Amino acid sequence: MKPSPSTELFNLTAESVAYENNIVLKNISLQIDRGEKVALVGPSGAGKTTLLRRLYNSVADQSAFVDQHYALVLQLSAFHNVYTGRLDQYSTVHNLLNLIKPQKKVLQEITPILQALGMEEKIFDKVGAMSGGQQQRVAVARAIYRGEDILLADEPIASVDPLQAGTVMEIIIQNTETVVVSLHAVEFALKFAQRIVGLSDGEIQFDLPTGDVTPTMLTELYRNGNSL
Amino acid sequence: MLKTSLFFVAIALIALLLADLEISTLHPWTELSRMAWGAITPDVASLWNLKLALLNTVVFAFCGIFLGVVLGIGLACAFRFNPVRLFCAFIRAIHEIFWAFIFLPIVGLNPTCGVLAIAIPYAGIFAKVYAEIIQESDRRPLEGVPKASGGLSRFVYGILPVIYADTKHYTGYRFECALRSSAILGFIGLPTLGFHLETAFREGIYSEAWALLYAFYILIVSLGYWLKPRLVPLYVAVSFVLLSRTITVSWENIVRFFTYDLLPWPMRRDGVLDGTREISFAWKPIVSWVNEIFVHEAWEGIWNTVVLTQVVLVGTGIFALLSFPFACRHFSGKIANRISHYGLIVIRTTPEYILAYILVQLWGPSMLPAVWAILLHNGAILGFLCSNNADLVPLRIDAPGRRIDRYLFEILPRVYGQFLAFLFYRWEVMMRESAILGILGIYTLGFYIDSAISDDQIDKAILLILITVLLNMGIDSVSQFVRHRLKISTKLVTSL
Repeated sequence: MKPSPSTELFNLTAESVAYENNIVLKNISLQIDRGEKVALVGPSGAGKTTLLRRLYNSVADQSAFVDQHYALVLQLSAFHNVYTGRLDQYSTVHNLLNLIKPQKKVLQEITPILQALGMEEKIFDKVGAMSGGQQQRVAVARAIYRGEDILLADEPIASVDPLQAGTVMEIIIQNTETVVVSLHAVEFALKFAQRIVGLSDGEIQFDLPTGDVTPTMLTELYRNGNSL
Repeated sequence: MLKTSLFFVAIALIALLLADLEISTLHPWTELSRMAWGAITPDVASLWNLKLALLNTVVFAFCGIFLGVVLGIGLACAFRFNPVRLFCAFIRAIHEIFWAFIFLPIVGLNPTCGVLAIAIPYAGIFAKVYAEIIQESDRRPLEGVPKASGGLSRFVYGILPVIYADTKHYTGYRFECALRSSAILGFIGLPTLGFHLETAFREGIYSEAWALLYAFYILIVSLGYWLKPRLVPLYVAVSFVLLSRTITVSWENIVRFFTYDLLPWPMRRDGVLDGTREISFAWKPIVSWVNEIFVHEAWEGIWNTVVLTQVVLVGTGIFALLSFPFACRHFSGKIANRISHYGLIVIRTTPEYILAYILVQLWGPSMLPAVWAILLHNGAILGFLCSNNADLVPLRIDAPGRRIDRYLFEILPRVYGQFLAFLFYRWEVMMRESAILGILGIYTLGFYIDSAISDDQIDKAILLILITVLLNMGIDSVSQFVRHRLKISTKLVTSL
């Protein structure tokens, strides 16, 4: 899908955000257009989660969010957790029916997504009995199933093993028009994003097309964070 | 925490000095030996004739719990509104037997009365506990559910699966309580187990009494085998079918109860005397009527209820602290453990009302039987809980070898906060029990309520029940205040 030029989606100007855990965004200015694939990188506590949540709040009704802690219902199966992504698009009666007996149509929609993520065998397993990596893939599947044009993902591959991490990122990038994703693993940011925003100590250190980011900048970014 | 504990112990000691603890029967020990003989020679054959009473006990419990759950869910949804909260506190502050007294003139002495007497207070309890479970549950899963999904969809996908296990566990535990309530309701004449138990004890047919008690224990202990979630709808349906044959509701009675029987005697007196049933209204006679009841009955009832409550509060605590090590894996071997474990279950399974009834037969009516009955029942519940919690404490590999050191330095400090929170949580329950045991001839509020009912003075009974409710709600807020100040909570404990 080709984005039409200058369709601005996010526009923060000199914004400061104070959030629970005292993580504060200081004087952030950030513009993101429709169709961009942006990665947020930076050390722990830099404010990546806060920034993502701030972005999400402004487009909540037209986007999907992948929570760092998955936010899954541990007592339900992978199938039902993925289905919650579209609860608001079906009637309450349909939702209840699908809870009691998975509906064929829904199953046909959800199976390919879980298949692509290597989870088709676990479709009816309870999420609570799964490993962190498997839970995280269910969380991604739910966001994909939601089918919105915007996807905000907070560390969506942190628990997934390196082999599958590539697949998960591939699916995230390819299924959604606009993606903002925070990543701990810099190599994935370099590989999948078009643009990288470096964040440390609540401030944007650099905001460049992926090709312009140098290893020195990254080292510097993480050193900054560690010294604080 | 230690200071507060000692403060309450001091109050209990003073209360103990003021309490009437006399043994008034002439041969308490001969009666006890006859009772003990009955315990080893239960008349199992008699159970066949009493099968209907056993069935009724279960049917009442199912219908009562079902209505209580339905009403409770409704109230839980609106629990954030203060009037609803207060209403729930009000209806659960009235004991099942008192509710039965209230429904007696409305629906008569029949199963409907028994079912409602269970359903109403349980609805108040369910509303509170369900609302608390939802409040304390993990809310993060709900964040993953789209906001625009509609209330019911959000609930069944985002909340219900998370709280299901806790809710199921608690409701199951409450069913056990409902069986106890149902059995006890027989003591005031409803056709459940308690009715025959009372007859058997009163007439000294102890073998039959024990057979009934054993049947009751088996019923409760076997719950895990037959109370399966998927069978519950069937049980409830069958129970309602069985019950429906006896439902009698007369609007006339209901209207008369609320518009006439309930009114204070001075408002009705003129009408009753001249036969017109007219209602008159004047402040002065009503005030002096209320005053009369306070001077002659209520104050004494309140005083005795409070004295008894304070004694059993501390007694329960002591019993629990002394008994739990025997059922805890850190203190005794496997076999001793199991025995103590089941011992505590048997004691807590015996309704305090039945325990008190038996002890009154032995010792005569004074506070002594009431103290022991409430103390044993609640102490066993608390001891059981403490031992379970203590079992969860992982002991370090170089923990003290001597048991007393282990108890005082490793286990007690870890479980004491929760123990105290739970004890104060039960404070209100103990007060309700103290009041109700008045029916057995101990001069607490229940004694005067029971007398008023026997004299057909519903107005007076209602006034005294209201006083009991206020006392209960007062204790509940003091208990909340104490728990809040000590920063202790019963969390981690799902069965109360």
